[in-house]
Amino acid sequence: MEALSIEGTAKTPSVKFNGQDGVIEIKGRSIPENSIEFYKPLVEWLEEYSSNPLDLTQVNVQLEYFNTSSSKCILDVFKKLEAIHKGKNEVIINWYYEEDDEDMLEAGEDYESIIRVPFKMIEIVE
Amino acid sequence: MSFDVNEYYSKLNGGDVLMAFKGNISSELISNVLEVVESRLDDYNENSKIRKKLYNVLVESLQNLYHHIEVLPEEMHGEFGSKFGILVISRESGQYKISTGNFINMSKVDVLKNKIDKINSMEKEELKDMYKFILNHQRLSEKGGGGLGLVDIARKTGNKLDYTFEKYNDTYYFFNLDVFIDFGQ
Repeated sequence: MEALSIEGTAKTPSVKFNGQDGVIEIKGRSIPENSIEFYKPLVEWLEEYSSNPLDLTQVNVQLEYFNTSSSKCILDVFKKLEAIHKGKNEVIINWYYEEDDEDMLEAGEDYESIIRVPFKMIEIVE
Repeated sequence: MSFDVNEYYSKLNGGDVLMAFKGNISSELISNVLEVVESRLDDYNENSKIRKKLYNVLVESLQNLYHHIEVLPEEMHGEFGSKFGILVISRESGQYKISTGNFINMSKVDVLKNKIDKINSMEKEELKDMYKFILNHQRLSEKGGGGLGLVDIARKTGNKLDYTFEKYNDTYYFFNLDVFIDFGQ
């Protein structure tokens, strides 16, 4: 299936979803006033991908900032991944946070406690 | 006597002020404010942990305004425009203060007041549980609001939300919210 690629802006992250190697990446800032529109194509892409996923899907989430409007949409993305994981295909979510950013680490742990997919918390040391 | 919005604004806009604005709250305005504040924090050489916290809390404060602002009736447009809000970011002893203000319909005052009081009564762990519950069970509004902004602010700052409701006229109150971010020594 076709890759999904979106350039980042001041308020939205860069997105690279690749169905060939099963690597899914969200990076940057996610602070739009209304995140529904932005995340819709991501959720739709995953919906299609989930009908025939690779044995291993690797998800890299590296956000500098995200707002509460995005937090719900990110949960929707993770729920799609949870469905893939439930279907006996391996999924791993790598949650990146900068070394002093406890809030971002905690946000990752919140998701980890809601979503039944293995998370790996990765500290970025400068 | 009705609440004097301009006097309130002038009072806030004193001391070590990073940014002050009153007027129409739009998506573009939010982008501009964020850009200006980011560069001001660079000037202050603020450490990245505090900078991130402040930025996050500021995003939520502004977007709370944006999502909940009342579209004012025409007779108030002359003085205030249609989507009036106030924002002042200042620095005082060991804390950054983000003050926001907006008109609120009388009928919504009790619900908001109860919500803030409830948030203020909660400890860190309770706030975390509340955040996760809302995140997982409540849908986004059409405008993209999630009902999480105040909970998130309380969680990230670790401080109580300071607020007042001042009567403006028979329909509107003016809602002031002060949020504090500690930067320690």
